[in-house]
Amino acid sequence: MMKAIGIESLEELYGDLGEDILLTDSVPINRGRSEDEVIRMLESIGSRNERGIPFLGAGCYDHIIPSTVDAIASLPSFVTSYTPYQAEMSQGMLQVLYEFQSMICQLTGMDVSNASLYDGANALVEAANICLTHERDKHVVLVSPTIHPFALDVLETWASGTDRKLVVLPEKNGMCDLGSIEKMFDGEVGGVLLQSPNRYGFLEDYNGVADIIHAQGALMCISADPMSLGLQKSQREWGADIAVGDTQPFGIPLSFGGPGCGYLAVTESLLRKVPGRIVGATTDETGRRGFVLTFQAREQHIKRERATSNVCTNSTLAALMTTVYLSLVGWDGVKEAARQCYMKSHYLAENLSELGGVELAWDNPFWCEFPLRFHDAKRMRKFIQELRNEHIFAGVRLQALTRRREDELVLLVSVTEKRSREEMEDYLAAARRMVR
Amino acid sequence: MSERLLIELSKKGRRAYRFPLLDLPRGFEDTVPAFPSTLQRKTEARLPEVSELDVVRHFTRLSNLAYGVDDGIYPLGSCTMKYNPKVSESIAKMPSFTQIHPLQDTTSTQGCLSLMYNLLEDLSAITGMSWGTLQGCAGAHGEYTGLKIIRSWFLHHGQPERNTVLVPESAHGTNPASAAMNGFKVRVVKSDARGLVDLDDLASRLDGSVAALMLTNPNTLGLFEKDILKIADMVHKDGAKLYYDGANLNAIMGMATIGDMGFDVLHLNLHKTFATPHGGGGPGAGPVLVTETLRPYLPKPDIVLTDNTYSFDWSGNESIGKISMFWGNFLVLVRAYVYILRMGSEGLKAASEHAVLNANYLLSKLKDIFEIPYGDRCMHEFVASCQKLKEQYGISALDISKALIERGYHPPTMYFPSLVHEALMFEPTESESMETLDKLAETIGDIVKKGIADPAWIHGCPHNMVVGRLDEVKAIKEPNLRY
Repeated sequence: MMKAIGIESLEELYGDLGEDILLTDSVPINRGRSEDEVIRMLESIGSRNERGIPFLGAGCYDHIIPSTVDAIASLPSFVTSYTPYQAEMSQGMLQVLYEFQSMICQLTGMDVSNASLYDGANALVEAANICLTHERDKHVVLVSPTIHPFALDVLETWASGTDRKLVVLPEKNGMCDLGSIEKMFDGEVGGVLLQSPNRYGFLEDYNGVADIIHAQGALMCISADPMSLGLQKSQREWGADIAVGDTQPFGIPLSFGGPGCGYLAVTESLLRKVPGRIVGATTDETGRRGFVLTFQAREQHIKRERATSNVCTNSTLAALMTTVYLSLVGWDGVKEAARQCYMKSHYLAENLSELGGVELAWDNPFWCEFPLRFHDAKRMRKFIQELRNEHIFAGVRLQALTRRREDELVLLVSVTEKRSREEMEDYLAAARRMVR
Repeated sequence: MSERLLIELSKKGRRAYRFPLLDLPRGFEDTVPAFPSTLQRKTEARLPEVSELDVVRHFTRLSNLAYGVDDGIYPLGSCTMKYNPKVSESIAKMPSFTQIHPLQDTTSTQGCLSLMYNLLEDLSAITGMSWGTLQGCAGAHGEYTGLKIIRSWFLHHGQPERNTVLVPESAHGTNPASAAMNGFKVRVVKSDARGLVDLDDLASRLDGSVAALMLTNPNTLGLFEKDILKIADMVHKDGAKLYYDGANLNAIMGMATIGDMGFDVLHLNLHKTFATPHGGGGPGAGPVLVTETLRPYLPKPDIVLTDNTYSFDWSGNESIGKISMFWGNFLVLVRAYVYILRMGSEGLKAASEHAVLNANYLLSKLKDIFEIPYGDRCMHEFVASCQKLKEQYGISALDISKALIERGYHPPTMYFPSLVHEALMFEPTESESMETLDKLAETIGDIVKKGIADPAWIHGCPHNMVVGRLDEVKAIKEPNLRY
């Protein structure tokens, strides 16, 4: 090969790297290892993680995943392919994404979905971007105080160092207080970001809210756990312009929180404001149906600094997992899983609140997660530890998310359809020993 | 054979998967408060009603209509489509990683945290930087984060007027887009006749308003910016920062570090350089690494090691904050870590050397077919031009690409960078053998010959795929974006 190129040593190929930057030593990492050695190492690393029955949620949920999902998501032509720029040889992935977009539109009731974003928090960032660019001179986004604490963190990062401003709405009894929202508008507000189920697991009521927001020329965005849409009103039914969230509950394992899969869908009039990839159906010269990446004039590789977003790589393979999941369970399955989440979480909540020593933090409707309030911190720690001794993760400490003193005594407990009766009884038995 | 939509195969009442029956005590359900009717969904969603076998066959057939590195060579320039080792896939599926919740107490996730910590140490060593974050989910996400760090540094140092980011003409589209997302103005720096940063033009733009110059090195023409130390000096003397887009790191691992070249911030694309699969467009991972000076500005939380225990540190007052929902695309990080462990320092260096060797070899094979506007040496990728073929025979970069598809190859990157007319950007990666490259070059030669002899054939390519060239104008004029 070197002869064909006309060189005598590989070093010649690095002639443009001057002596002052060419390394003389190897970089200070270990030497290579055999495959077998690496497998053993990683098994050992994995064994330092402790597994338990997770009653943990707060944005990442342990739902049942049918075996077929992983089998399909492991097919090498999907796994090892690039973004489907070359449509003729990428029809498979393009069609998957078209089906994904269709399903997101069906669930949210919206007109147009993109082909996924990194995660739910970044989907909110992109929604906020749309709020500030759909009309001129909008700089302010109103945000519910009850959106996921980490999503709020990510939004604050997005606003920092720019002329964008986040204004957090008031909170009342664990819910976003929309009573005085009308007064919050000035000419600069581009949109309102809401979330239901909210950070505590509560279902918020947005009746009449869309009219108020729209009367001010602003957009309404609702973030929702997509499985909750099997029971609660879709974003479209609330009158929202933008629907976002993360499809992790649909076929994507916990995986220490990533990858997830952000979704973003909008009403038709916002089509050209959508960030990221969109797949559309069209035809070839002979009239055969085919799929292409479309409306690319919105995107960074064409529009550069005037693009709707910088997003390029998204979460396609995770979107495939969600598409396979939804194909397997169908709409009846989504409704059934959502109903079981509702029933099971209420079963645990009701039994826990009878124990004494703990109570539901507020009396609001919830779906698959609820906030349990303890009377003192010591007892709460002991409760969590006692359950952990039984290999049960009792819940997420809200303070670990918000780092706020006032959240110190709140434990977010999540119960999905995957939690068996036995697991719940084990939880209750350990809890009874503790709460006295 | 084309594949129908799954919804078109739907038959009412058919179910592929059933959840276990609800097993709560008898009568409990009647005592539960009903789901509030004011909040209740009224509309139905239309999803497929099919059997498990329908699902399996549908998606298996669709995978047959996709093309990955496992199917054949994928010389897509700037995308580094190298082989994704199977061992990384099987390790990333271990339940001791997939079944860990991100909000478990950190005393129960020491495995995950140690992996992330050690990966960051290795990435810091490979790039010659001080420390970094693994929260970035993609290259563009890393760019956004790195520029946010730079913006924050200038604000903390009382220089809000530094509101411009410079990018070269040949920059990836994400560079200017990421700058714009951070509220920066974007200015373009010219390239000179060599295809490198025009130093005079750069000097004229360093006027005190510049926050950063973003560079890929080697650049998107596959050329090493050999004035890099001078560029770094110019940028730093002006008071600006130098940003490294890691898209092309695959050329120089183990040969030089990014820190030694004078860069202040960089992002990596683990789904390129570190062999994690692209997954049809994601998920990837875009770690960001910085020099000691910028370390306090990294996203929260940091991962720290004290008394043999790993934990999250949320204390950084100057941190730009969180950039993604949890801790990053952990399973992608697992794969990249496995790759680094397997390769080691000498393996990574060998990978880069072979990537450069392969690119130069392919270049030597193609230089008689295409024009190579920026010389007959390259780093890990090179850009060829079909301009002459177009003028003489009407054969465009698009024609060559579509004919390659007909012959079972994934085409190179087309029409990028825009500096080169009718551009085809080849990046064969280190994974391919000489025989594969010979075959590819031979096929391209054959395509050109056949295209000259039979223009109708090449303009109609591909003839043998499930669809021919698709009507992209119709896709926009008559949007059909869902069933």
